[in-house]
Amino acid sequence: MFAACADPKAIEGLTWAACYLTSGKHIDFYLSFATVLLLLAITAPTALAMGFAGATAARSRFLPLSLLGKGYAAIVRGVPDIVFFLFFVIALDQGIEYLKSLAVCDDHSWPWQGLEFRVCQEAKVPLGASSAIWHQAYGFALAVFTFAIVFGAFAANVLYGAMGAVPKAQLETAEAYGMSQAQVFRRILVPQMWVYALPGLSNLWMILIKATPLLFLLGVKDIVYWARELGGSKTQAYEYPHPDWRLWYFLGLLVFYLCFTKVSEVVLARLSARLSRGQATAGGEALRKAAA
Amino acid sequence: MSCWQTVQDYAFRSIGFGENLLPRSDFTLCQQITLIGSGLIWNVYFGALALAFGFFFAIAVALAKSSRHRILRKPADWFVFVFRGSPLFIQFFLAYETLQLLPKAGVEVFGITVETAWTTRAWAGALFVLFLNTSAYAAEIFHGALKSIPKGDLEAAEAYGLTGWQKFRRIQWPTMLRLAWPAYTNEAIFLFHATTLVFFSGFPAFRQMGDALYYANYFADKTFNPFVPYPIVAAYFIALTLILTFGFGLVNRYLNRHLPSNQKSRIRLRPQLIR
Repeated sequence: MFAACADPKAIEGLTWAACYLTSGKHIDFYLSFATVLLLLAITAPTALAMGFAGATAARSRFLPLSLLGKGYAAIVRGVPDIVFFLFFVIALDQGIEYLKSLAVCDDHSWPWQGLEFRVCQEAKVPLGASSAIWHQAYGFALAVFTFAIVFGAFAANVLYGAMGAVPKAQLETAEAYGMSQAQVFRRILVPQMWVYALPGLSNLWMILIKATPLLFLLGVKDIVYWARELGGSKTQAYEYPHPDWRLWYFLGLLVFYLCFTKVSEVVLARLSARLSRGQATAGGEALRKAAA
Repeated sequence: MSCWQTVQDYAFRSIGFGENLLPRSDFTLCQQITLIGSGLIWNVYFGALALAFGFFFAIAVALAKSSRHRILRKPADWFVFVFRGSPLFIQFFLAYETLQLLPKAGVEVFGITVETAWTTRAWAGALFVLFLNTSAYAAEIFHGALKSIPKGDLEAAEAYGLTGWQKFRRIQWPTMLRLAWPAYTNEAIFLFHATTLVFFSGFPAFRQMGDALYYANYFADKTFNPFVPYPIVAAYFIALTLILTFGFGLVNRYLNRHLPSNQKSRIRLRPQLIR
């Protein structure tokens, strides 16, 4: 990075620390924090959308659709989420490759044979010859999609409850005004449900933040990967030899997560107060009393 | 090899009895079900012990958290904040690295050498982390319940001359448990789910003695077929969840036995507490 860092073995003290912390591997480490934030930025809206679709389907009058929605919301109830993470990543990968193989391969035999999953070379995703960056991007995309499926199910649970919590009288009044089902849904139900959904969604956001280290298990080079990689003891063969510092790296991650959840908590508390304004809930009542 | 033979070989493989070598080829459904079920012993071990120890510690922390004295309240606040605010996964890693730093030869305490090697093993180290973690989550639940005890109940207790320990034992304790129980049931269920993280987070599986997910992952890696082992784990955990819900439901009924039947709090499964 800096000219002074050309020969790490000759420098000491603060300069050494500055050079150490700006080495190429460390830049990768800092960028992996961006990976985590990117995951959150993509997953949160996607999961919310999937949850919304799931909750709407669960409320449907058409029985198969309603069962589908309820089933989707129920999958996360009894089974540890990490099972889904491990499952979906392989299952999605194999599903995509199988579908692609149907399109591009000549040989359409069943790919799960014995101890192998076999599709022809052209059906590999990404192709064996593509560069490493594509493999990483594909791995990340699979991870994001897996997160979205699992957290979408959580969100469906929350939103389904919130839709049920909107006072019936509101919906009946809207119907009495002659609104169609779609209009009632769009104009009355959806705007009002958020205040009921917020506690659950806040919780979900916290859970999502705390689930991000699981990216490591899905084979993405995330902050946990780099913390282990950089923290492990380095012999004299390395540019910056040091003993086992993994403890300090993980302590850093712990502080990162604590700050992140704390900030989220404060922001969500404010959002909750804003949404409670003028609502016929205990939160809204407290706000009215405080103002009076 | 018959299925019964497989059961005899692998039913207690996860705790070190039976066949030493894991199956390497010709995986049968019977092997997968047996071995994954065997791994479930560890999940039950971690979950049950962490929950049993954590229950009492959590109540102590909850009481400290609602104490009037700063010196009690602040450490409890921080304890709960640290364990609820950070991922369990990171806590496992951190604990493992910390325990590794303990001197290998053992620590000298009052002239007696205390072995430290066992602390880095999952059965002790991971259990300790799970114990602290569930204590923090449960403490928050019990703290919330303590705060929502009806004011009239406490005033009535004082009017009867109950103070201190007596007031706690007779009024606060039963009401707190009753109010907290539905949320605590959820906590228990998600604690059991969280035990699947143990062998993926630094703690090595000693002689391939792992939990249910460890074996499921083993099979999925070997067969490249995730569609058999993971649904088996899922089925085991659904069964475990049902058993837990039933057991906690019985306790809930006992705690609510004095109330008219239309006021009883029912346990609803809410996935709000995973870490």
